[in-house]
Formats: sequence, C-alpha cells, structure tokens
Amino acid sequence: MAGGAPPESVVVVGAGQGGYQTAASLREHGYRGGITLISAEDALPYERPPLTKAYLKGEADEAMLWLRPATYYVRQSIDLVSGTVTEIDPAARSVRLSDGSTYDYGHLVLATGATPRTLDVPGAELRGVHTLRTAQDAAALQSSLAGARRVVVVGAGFIGLEFAAVAREAGVRVTVVETLDRPLARAVSAYTAAHFTRLHRRHGTELLFGQSVKSLQGDSRSHVKAVELADGSRLPADLVLIGVGVTPRTELAAAAGLPVHGGIAVDSRLRTADPHISAIGDCAAFPQVRSGSRLRLECVQNAVGHGRSVAERLAGTSRAYDELPWFWSDQFSTTVQIAGFDEGHDSEVVLGTDPDAFSVLLFRGDDLQAVESVNRPGDHAAARRLLTQGTAPTPEEASAPGFGLK
Amino acid sequence: MPKITYVNVDGDQTSVDVPAGTSVMRGAVFNDIDGIVAQCGGNMQCATCHVYVDESTLDKLDPPQEQEDEMLGFTACPRRPNSRLSCQLKSSDALDGLIVHTPERQN
Ligand SMILES: Cc1cc2nc3c(=O)[nH]c(=O)nc-3n(C[C@H](O)[C@H](O)[C@H](O)COP(=O)(O)OP(=O)(O)OC[C@H]3O[C@@H](n4cnc5c(N)ncnc54)[C@H](O)[C@@H]3O)c2cc1C
Ligand code: FES
Repeated sequence: MAGGAPPESVVVVGAGQGGYQTAASLREHGYRGGITLISAEDALPYERPPLTKAYLKGEADEAMLWLRPATYYVRQSIDLVSGTVTEIDPAARSVRLSDGSTYDYGHLVLATGATPRTLDVPGAELRGVHTLRTAQDAAALQSSLAGARRVVVVGAGFIGLEFAAVAREAGVRVTVVETLDRPLARAVSAYTAAHFTRLHRRHGTELLFGQSVKSLQGDSRSHVKAVELADGSRLPADLVLIGVGVTPRTELAAAAGLPVHGGIAVDSRLRTADPHISAIGDCAAFPQVRSGSRLRLECVQNAVGHGRSVAERLAGTSRAYDELPWFWSDQFSTTVQIAGFDEGHDSEVVLGTDPDAFSVLLFRGDDLQAVESVNRPGDHAAARRLLTQGTAPTPEEASAPGFGLK
Repeated sequence: MPKITYVNVDGDQTSVDVPAGTSVMRGAVFNDIDGIVAQCGGNMQCATCHVYVDESTLDKLDPPQEQEDEMLGFTACPRRPNSRLSCQLKSSDALDGLIVHTPERQN
C-alpha cells in the first residue's frame, strides 16, 4: 500500500529511543524534508537501559549513553530543539513550546515516553526518595547510593530489581517491598519469578511480598529515615527507590482531542485518529497484529521498531507494524531474555534442568506466545527465529523428550 | 592508542583512536561513523553492530563466545566466517590496526 507523498516537514516530540530512531530512519530512507526533534531533557538523545546497569555502577559516563554524538545531528540536518511542548494545535498543524515558540509540521510524531508513578502516601516528597527514568535521576540516585547504608526498594519490577542488585553489589543492605506475592508479576511466568526470588535472596537481599507501604517517615531535615508498612512494621532506610511502574505521557494527545486507551491510541500503522499525527514507543497503545488486542510495551525493541516503521511510512512505503517484541534484563550475573508477548497463557513447558539456566515456553492452546530464557542465550536466539518465522512447536512437541529450540 | 579502521560499502575508510577497553562499536558511534546501528547499546541483543573483519587482520581476534555466535544468526546482511558483533570486540593494543568492513545494512 502506498503511503502517499512525504510530508514537507516532520516534528518529533520527545528525543528518547523512539524519537531519535524516527529521525535517524527518516534520513536513512532518503527523506529530504525538515526534521525537528524536540527534547524536554537538556541532553543529547541517549539510551536508558544502562541507567540501572553500567551507568549506575559508575562503569559508563554520560557520553557513553549517547545514541550519537552532536556532529551526527548537524551532518544529517536534524534540528535538535531543547524545550517542552505544551500544546498541539491540530487545525493549524503546529506545536507550541513552554517558551512560547511554535513549530509548524507536515506530520507530527509523539514519542513522549512515560513517567514513573509515585506513591500516594505521606512522606512521598521526602529527600532520599527517588524514582528512575532519566540520566538526571540516575545521577542523583548514584550519589545518594554512595552515602547510603540501608536501601528500601518499593516494587519488584525490572527497574526495582535491577537497582536492588546494583545496591547489593555496592555492599548496601537492601529490602524490596512488593504488594503482590512474587516479583515481576506482570512481566514473567511464576517459574521465572521464583528464580529471581531465589537469586536476590541468595545475594542477601530481603524480599517482602504481599506488603504495601503506608507512609515514609523523615528526620528533622526532611530526609527519609524509615518506611512504614501496612502491617505497622518499620524498615529503616536512608534511600528509597520507588519502582512501581510508569504512566504513559498522553496529556498532550488528550488535550488535542486524540483518543487515549491506556496509551495514545494508534492503528496498525501507528497513526492516531488525526492522519497528520502518529504516536510511538512507550506512550502508544497499538493493535497487535496477531490477536488484535491493544498493547502498550515498554522496551527498546518496541520504541526502535515503531520509530523505524513510522519513518518508512512517512518516506513513502507503508505496511502494518508487525515486529516480534523482545526484551532483556541483567541482574547480578543473570540475564533474562524474553521473546514474544504473553497475553495470558494456559500451559508452559520448561526446558533445562538447571535452576539457574532454563527457558520457559508459554502457550495459549497450541500457540507459542512467548519464551523466557534465563542464562540460555541460544534458546532466546532460536525462539526469536521460530516466533518470527511462525514455525514454533506445539506444547506436545515441546514436551517430547530431547526437544530443543535450536 | 589502538587505531581501528572502518571501511564502508563504498570503500571509504576512516581510522580512529579507540581507547583500550572501549568496544569497536562505540568507536564508530562516538566518531559519527555510519554503518553501525547498535540498537541494544552493546548488550548482545540486537546484531545491528555487525561487521566483517578484514581477512588480513582476522588473527588479532579470539573466536566469538556462544552468545555472540548465536546472535550472529540475526544479522541483516549474510553472516560470513569473518562476521563479528563489533560491540563484543574490546579495543586493546592487540587490536591495534584492526580493519572492519561495515555491511550494507543493519536492519
Ligand atoms: C532505568 C531503565 C532501564 C531500562 N532497561 C531496559 C532494558 O534493559 N531493556 C529494554 O528493552 N528496555 C529497557 N528500558 C525501557 C526503555 O528504555 C524504554 O522502553 C524506551 O526508552 C522507550 O522509548 P520512548 O522513545 O518511547 O520514550 P523515552 O526514551 O522515555 O523518551 C521520551 C522522551 O520524551 C520527552 N518528552 C516527553 N514529553 C515531552 C514534551 N511535552 N516535550 C518535549 N519532550 C517531551 C521525555 O523527556 C523523554 O526524553 C529501561 C528503561 C529505564 C528507565
Ligand atoms: S550493539 Fe546490539 S548486539 Fe552489539
């Protein structure tokens, strides 16, 4: 299907992983019009995964996070603008920034990402209480960690657990508090979750499940000193990381009258209800081609895949977005890799007998939906291939003795 | 400092100093050399940092480990015996003079 004539100019709101990719891919596809990349962060576009990994450990400086050096944007005629977009005027096809300046667009791409959720409890504003999304957050967290002795992490999701691992490796006492009965509850199977519980406990991290935070208590200088739990118990803490998930940044879209369903609603070509506006990455809820249900994913693959797809469409070719999602996380010396997306499985098959190196295949009926691999990179690679090619095994095949993904 | 040479599909060459310990992938990204995408930032997850190592300098390298070998199955351009993931090639005095060819495309 032809995508029509390329727009005269493209304005991208948000210069994170997805926004950067849109601009870069537009030029790769030979797009010659104006490209404006607007960033609310005062930094060159950078990648976030190292913020809980190498960067936090002090193994990488900020320049190591950059996706490209400043010269790249000049050479590619990508206009990097520092500022926050406060309003979209769909009728005039322009955006307004907080400093009052406006930019007209032929096409607008919203790549606004997400913001960390905070806790709605007394004391949430105390010093020493952090969330983690930006390089600035990570720098603050790193300096806080250097002087900390007792850390409490609220939420056993990927960000919370990755941070907990780094803090433990730095020799700090760490307690993770989670409302549900296991870690990574929304992201991985119970089998894989159990592995992460063992892993963190083995490294001396205290994990408390089924517990929620009632309040944060401060000292006379308004610095956090303890976390009070719903059951009345108190955990001393001089650093608290809140890792309870994110909210997609949909305010701009909503104010411009665009539908929002758990994220900015887009079609299979990542177009919003306005044909001149697309949305991608963490802020976008898109239909999954296989099931038709609306998904919002938070991973590098998705932001990059979306950015590339929108760029291809604007440069003149268009097809439905249909990439296989994949994700990874490093904690201590363990890597978990996930291929595909589990929309609710009814059976699972575990490959491997080593409790620290296995793969879990998640099926719905005969359909392989996702594969979680812990320290089995070969399985992950094979799973991505099988899921992409549509040659995945059935549960019966996968349960047969001697079955391997490779 | 170790010097690495990047050759693109048109045969254009760029030689840059890549500090020891820094990957051949970062050397390209930092110096604004095209042809390496590095979508996963060097985590061996994406295979968009694929390079063909010049045969004349192949003996400077140890063979790939298992995960790199697996990920080389995901390159956009065909894998060849001299294919490597540049994020896994750490610069060192032993790598001084390494020549890598960037493929036509990475994804
Ligand atoms: C600490 C951390 C670790 C992670 N680890 C992994 C990992 O291991 N693997 C993985 O796959 N993914 C990981 N992720 C997730 C991944 O980084 C995100 O999914 C990805 O960055 C999403 O890209 P995006 O472009 O949608 O949003 P972002 O990268 O968040 O970029 C959005 C940008 O838009 C800007 N913005 C928002 N509103 C406006 C406005 N009105 N005007 C101007 N600018 C605006 C924001 O300031 C931000 O810079 C991690 C994320 C974090 C925070
Ligand atoms: S940068 Fe992703 S595999 Fe090398």
